[in-house]
Amino acid sequence: MTMQTTGYNFAYLDEQTKRMIRRAILKAIAIPGYQVPFASREMPMPYGWGTGGVQVTAAILGHSDVLKVIDQGSDDTTNAVSIRKFFGKVAGVATTTKTAEATIIQTRHRIPEAPLREDQTLVYQVPIPEPLRFLEPRETETRTMHALAEYGLMHVKLYEDIARHGHIATTYAYPVEVAGRYVTDPSPTPKFDNPKMDMCAALQLFGAGREKRIYAIPPYTPVRSLDFEDHPFAVQQFAEPCALCAARGVYLDEVILDDRGKRMFVCSDTDHCEERRAAGHHGAMLDTAPQAIAGTR
Amino acid sequence: MTDEPLLRARGLTKHYGERIGCADVSFDLYEGEVLAIVGESGSGKSTLLGLLANELPATAGEVLYRMRDGIVRDIASLSEPERRLLARTDWGYVRQDSREGLRMRVSAGANVGERLMALGERRYAGIRETALTWLDRVEIARNRIDDRPTDFSGGMRQRLQIARNLVTNPRLVFMDEPTSGLDVSVQARLLDLVRGLVADLGLAIVIVTHDLAVARLLSHRIVVMRRGRVVETGLTDQVLDDPRDAYSQLLVSSVLAA
Amino acid sequence: MYVAVKGGERAIENAHRLLAAKRRGPTDTPEISVEQIDSQLALSVDRVMTEGSLYDRGLAALAIKQARGDLIEAIFLVRAFRTTLPRFGVSEPIDTAAMDAERRVSATFKDMPGGQVLGPTFDYTHRLLDFTLATNGEAPPSPAEADELVGGMPRVTDLLDAQSLIERETDDGAEAGDLTREPLDFPADRDLRLQALARGDEGFLLALGYSTQRGFGRTHAFTGEIRFGEIEVEFAPEELGFAVPLGRISLTECQMVTQFTGSAEQPPQFTRGYGVAFGQSERKAMSMAMVDRALRAKEFDEEAKSPAQDEEFVLTHSDNVAATGFVEHLKLPHYVDFQAELQLLRRLREEHAEREDDGMREAAE
Repeated sequence: MTMQTTGYNFAYLDEQTKRMIRRAILKAIAIPGYQVPFASREMPMPYGWGTGGVQVTAAILGHSDVLKVIDQGSDDTTNAVSIRKFFGKVAGVATTTKTAEATIIQTRHRIPEAPLREDQTLVYQVPIPEPLRFLEPRETETRTMHALAEYGLMHVKLYEDIARHGHIATTYAYPVEVAGRYVTDPSPTPKFDNPKMDMCAALQLFGAGREKRIYAIPPYTPVRSLDFEDHPFAVQQFAEPCALCAARGVYLDEVILDDRGKRMFVCSDTDHCEERRAAGHHGAMLDTAPQAIAGTR
Repeated sequence: MTDEPLLRARGLTKHYGERIGCADVSFDLYEGEVLAIVGESGSGKSTLLGLLANELPATAGEVLYRMRDGIVRDIASLSEPERRLLARTDWGYVRQDSREGLRMRVSAGANVGERLMALGERRYAGIRETALTWLDRVEIARNRIDDRPTDFSGGMRQRLQIARNLVTNPRLVFMDEPTSGLDVSVQARLLDLVRGLVADLGLAIVIVTHDLAVARLLSHRIVVMRRGRVVETGLTDQVLDDPRDAYSQLLVSSVLAA
Repeated sequence: MYVAVKGGERAIENAHRLLAAKRRGPTDTPEISVEQIDSQLALSVDRVMTEGSLYDRGLAALAIKQARGDLIEAIFLVRAFRTTLPRFGVSEPIDTAAMDAERRVSATFKDMPGGQVLGPTFDYTHRLLDFTLATNGEAPPSPAEADELVGGMPRVTDLLDAQSLIERETDDGAEAGDLTREPLDFPADRDLRLQALARGDEGFLLALGYSTQRGFGRTHAFTGEIRFGEIEVEFAPEELGFAVPLGRISLTECQMVTQFTGSAEQPPQFTRGYGVAFGQSERKAMSMAMVDRALRAKEFDEEAKSPAQDEEFVLTHSDNVAATGFVEHLKLPHYVDFQAELQLLRRLREEHAEREDDGMREAAE
């Protein structure tokens, strides 16, 4: 066991609180997609900055776990660094940037490109867990709507998109139906990642600290993105491959290189990109890209 | 068709603290019948409508409704899902303030299509077709289907409310002062439309209005309310041409004088 | 490109070092002490204790120092500390009638047992900047001594209650909830509502209370009484079987006497709104009392259409730690979602341009 550097309990929260959170998680797993209220604690980081995900991770973390934290698909973004450091400090667990090595992956806004395994758990940070919130601001009403599976309003929104734009214009936090019952917010991941949630081998846990909700998608659960029969769900396509590793069919970040419109597209999942480059894949701009983007070569 | 009433109100009473909203109101409503509830503001007619439409809990009394399966139910005994299903399939509610009856921030097409989507329709083209058909029926131009109600005139908004409600072929529609605030010519057009729909679809309507002209034009029967109580009820022509109650007489004469 | 930078860890460390230096300020001015903050910025300390839900003057003062005077940040620090503390139980109810009051004013009666006691108040000061304070001032004259209080200081609402003129409040014996341990559910009972309001942001409650005065959910409030002073807190450990004093805390209590109601069964009576805060926090206690009363609209069959009467709206938005976290989280990178929007926007614009082209072609034909 690694020594901890603080006077706090393992993984910061006291055991009583962790048990309370695990009870909520178990309930969430038993009712896939249902938002379980839980007594979210005040954490030493601000609400809205991943306190829900951090509490879920803290509750399930064991000494032998290997933790990976990503934000926007990257291990190096400031908040991912901050959360990883937090668990390093208060739990002393091993951390990694490699998806394949991790047993718990806490994420904000992305699902890793590499398929996840049964021995992995993906923990999402969720700002607004209620997919109906922007259609109906009242919690009392949305809870009733879920209880009665009254989801017509969700399709009104999709109808409106098509009428106005010719497409469903929701690009992220695209609502899904879990196990044929609850309409659920996938957290603000791009809809590109929605298909990865369907029949995923890993357990998917969602923590919303400020809104005090936990929900779950158990392994191998059907997850369907809402759509119309004649306007089926479709994910984003990128015209070009990753400029660093030449990957296609992955989610790309657009990086602006100068003020004259020069830009490049690179993998959002930095670990995936690095793995591919290590395996010898070579993108068009790998040798010319700025170091801040390509990393040290 | 059956001779049983579609809806029966029995001793309906509503208290707000010590103030009486309405007291001991009873009547029967039959399929295809238009009933007008008239009275001054504060007479309790809107409270009564709220009780009938199951939007307010009654202090005493009951509302019995013959469901589509023929079984008569006390609407207060309906479970929440039953209540909601009834309200968005077999009932309609046209509000005085169209902003409460419409979704102002979505298009006319989505307003009409909402009930269909709630009932599980998942074909965009089908929803659109039905919406267009209903826009035709309420005389809104087809090319306005993607416009929002905020861009519509008062009369158009009320017609859109009607389309939005009738898309599931309800048997009973509640209307709360649907013509108030509209120009006289716009009112006439709306009333004409409602009359046509009643004849075509065999709708039953409970309409609350302070305007006796509206009651005369649309309703078969009339209920006159004052201070929360029914003071007179009968066939519309009878009540308006030969009111028995002193207050009804005053109400009718004041309109005629105006 | 702050996010794409490798080595974010070092950037964060550097930022925190700079923050520490900025907090200290120029080292040729003396460092402010926690004791100075406690005694000379006492009202800031009171607010941080109230909204931090922790009565500890020293910790609150430390938090204010660490937060560079940013009170919401200080409240956040106190809350994050509080959450790690074990919970021993619930104290005995405090009896504010027995308060050793430094200040007590009522707007509903000219005089009453115990009298009007102005105490330390900004009221009736002329808001003129006192430039002598800028030059470290002079020692202020010593305060006047009060006469010995004879006969106690009963609460004004109790005096009204004795004549049955105000709704009676009774203890139903149920244990008060704790929203820091259980998630808030709607509709919430009054104990939880009051708890949320006591923790709620002073500015938010002030605005809501103000809105009720301007007609958005009017309750016709009179300040029945505001009292501020020290009071003893007692705790009865189960194994002991009797209450023992834990110490003294200072407290502000406000009882609003509001619009009367009655029903067929009950004769008309005044109703109440209740506010309480640690230390001297009058604005907070008054606002809280007004909002408490506004939130009771349903209980009295009043029309509830204004923001201050909307329980879900008020309680879900009153917590400034939650609010500031979510507002400020917009600083975090969102470029993945932004990319998704960017892509869609470009596609929609292309399609729009194509439609325009088609239209021009048709027009030309």
